[in-house]
Amino acid sequence: MALTASIRKRYGDFLLDVDFTAGNGGVLALLGASGCGKSVTLRCIAGIERPDEGFVVLNGRTLFDSKKKIDLPPQQRHIGYLFQQYALFPNMTVEQNIAVCLPKQEKSRCRARITELIAMLRLEGTEKLLPRQLSGGQQQRTALARILASEPAAILLDEPFAALDSYLKWQLELELQDVLAQFSGPAVWVSHDRGEAYRNCGKVCVLDRGKSSPAVSLRELMTDPVTVSAARISGCKNYVPVRPGNGAGQLAVPDWKLSFRAAAPWREGVTTLGIRANCVHPAGTEEINSFACETVRVTEDVFSMLVMLRPEKAAQDAPLLRMELRKEIWMALPEQKQIRVAVCPEDLLLLE
Amino acid sequence: MDWYPLFNSLRIAAVSTVIVFFLGIWSAYYIAKAPRAVKGLLDVALTLPLVLPPTVVGYLLLLILGPKRIAGRWALETFGLRLTMTWWSAIFATAVVIFPLMYRTARGAFESFDETLAQAGKTLGLSNTFIFWRIRMPACRQGILAGTVLAFARALGEYGATSMIAGYTPGKTATISTTVYQLWRTNEDGLALRWVLVNLAISTVVLLAVNLLERKEKRTWR
Repeated sequence: MALTASIRKRYGDFLLDVDFTAGNGGVLALLGASGCGKSVTLRCIAGIERPDEGFVVLNGRTLFDSKKKIDLPPQQRHIGYLFQQYALFPNMTVEQNIAVCLPKQEKSRCRARITELIAMLRLEGTEKLLPRQLSGGQQQRTALARILASEPAAILLDEPFAALDSYLKWQLELELQDVLAQFSGPAVWVSHDRGEAYRNCGKVCVLDRGKSSPAVSLRELMTDPVTVSAARISGCKNYVPVRPGNGAGQLAVPDWKLSFRAAAPWREGVTTLGIRANCVHPAGTEEINSFACETVRVTEDVFSMLVMLRPEKAAQDAPLLRMELRKEIWMALPEQKQIRVAVCPEDLLLLE
Repeated sequence: MDWYPLFNSLRIAAVSTVIVFFLGIWSAYYIAKAPRAVKGLLDVALTLPLVLPPTVVGYLLLLILGPKRIAGRWALETFGLRLTMTWWSAIFATAVVIFPLMYRTARGAFESFDETLAQAGKTLGLSNTFIFWRIRMPACRQGILAGTVLAFARALGEYGATSMIAGYTPGKTATISTTVYQLWRTNEDGLALRWVLVNLAISTVVLLAVNLLERKEKRTWR
C-alpha cells in the first residue's frame, strides 16, 4: 500500500513541483520552510485543489491524473486530512462531529464505533461539548477521531501542532504517535521542524521553494544532506563557497583563505561547504583542520554559547563562522578574544 | 376599523420574504464563489433595486408585467391572468425591492464563512448538500436571519412600487402603507393615525426581535 504523488502547479511566479511516495514504512515527513508549498501539496492530494498536471495514486487507485482526465472529488478519495486549525464543525458536539463522518451503517454499530473512538482518543466526558469548549489538545483528538471514523485509506497531517502551546505538544505528540502506529495506511506529516520530523517520521522529503528532493531517511538527512536546502532544514548554520584543493581529499575555501581535509571525496556539482555550529570546537595547533579566529560576537543561549568567529585571514565581507558550545567549555577557555578552532574532516558537508 | 390592509400587508410580506429567502441565498452562494469580474457585475445588477427609487422599480416592472407588455400579455393570453392590479401583484414589487437586502446580508455571511470547514467536510466524505445545510448554513445563521427579518420589515413598508403595480382598491389591494396615504389624501386623519400607530408597533416589534436575536447569538457564540 502506498500513496504516490507527482504534482505540478503554477501560482504566478511560484512553481510547485513535487514527487514522492509514502509507503507503509512509517510516516513520510514533508519538511520545508513556511511558504514552500507543503500545504498546497496536501490540498492537491486531498482533492481540495487541482494540480495543473501530474498524478496521485493511492493503493493502486488513481485519484488524479491530468493525462487520463481523472479527478475524483475529495469525497471519493478516502484521504483523512488533519487541518492546522482542525476545522471542527462549530455547531456540532464532539459526538456529532464524529457521528456524521461514520459510513452509513446500523444505529447500534454506529454507537459502538463512536464509543470506541471516544475511548481510544481519551475524549470521555467531552461527548456533549462544543468544539469551542474544548482545549487545544481535545480539539486535535476530536479531529483525529473524526478522521478515523471516516475510515481513510491514507492520512495527511498539516503541521499538527502549529495551533498548540509548546508545553502541550510533547504529550500530544506521543498520543499522535500511538494513533499513527495503529493506522495501517500511508501517512504524510507536513512540518517545518526537523526535530518533530526526526522523532515521528521514518523518511523525509525536503521541499525547497516548491521543489521536492528525493525522499531519504531522517538519519541520512542529518548526517549527510546533499543540497544546501536539505542542510538548512536539518539545522546546519554555516555555508561558504568551496573548491577542490591541491591533492586528494583537500578543499579550498577562498573566502577564508583556508584549506581543509575532508573525509568525503569530492563530487561533481558541489558548490558549498556546510559546517554545523556544534561541530566547530576549540582546538590546539597540532589538530587537523584547525585555524585561528577572532571572536566577533558572543550570545548566551539557554544551555550554550553562540560565538561568531572571523577566520584570521578572511576577507572583510566573508561569512562569519558560527560556533555553538556548552557554556562551561566556553567559560573555561583561557583566551576568548583570539581562539583556535577546528572541524573534524567527517563533519564537513559537501553541498550542491 | 377594517383590518384587511394589515392582513394583506402581512401576507404580501410573508410570501415575498419566503421567495426572496431562497432566491437570495441561492444567488449569494453562487456569486460568492464567482470570479471577480462576474461578481462585480452581478453585484451591481442585483443591488440596484436597493438604491433606485421604488417608483422607478415600479415603472420598470410595469414595462414587463403590464397587460400589453411581454410577460403581462403572455400571462393574459395563456392563462387569462392579469399580472397587475391584484393583491398578489404587490409580491412582484416587494420581492424585487427586498431582494438586495437578503442577497447582500447572505453574501456577507457566506464570504466570512471559514472555507476549511467545507473542505474538511468533503475530505471526510460528507455530501455537498449535507455540508451546505448542516455546516455552512448554521455557521451563517446569524447573517441570514438578520437579512430575512430586515427583508420582511422592508416588505411590510413597501409603498412606491406596490402602489404602481397593485394600485389601491379597498378590500382588494390595499396595504397599510397605501391605506395611510389614501386616508391622509381624503382627510381622514384620525384613521390614518391609527394605521400609522399599527405600523410603528409592528416595526418596533420586528427590530426588537432582531436585537434580541443578536444578543442571544453573542452569548452562545462567545
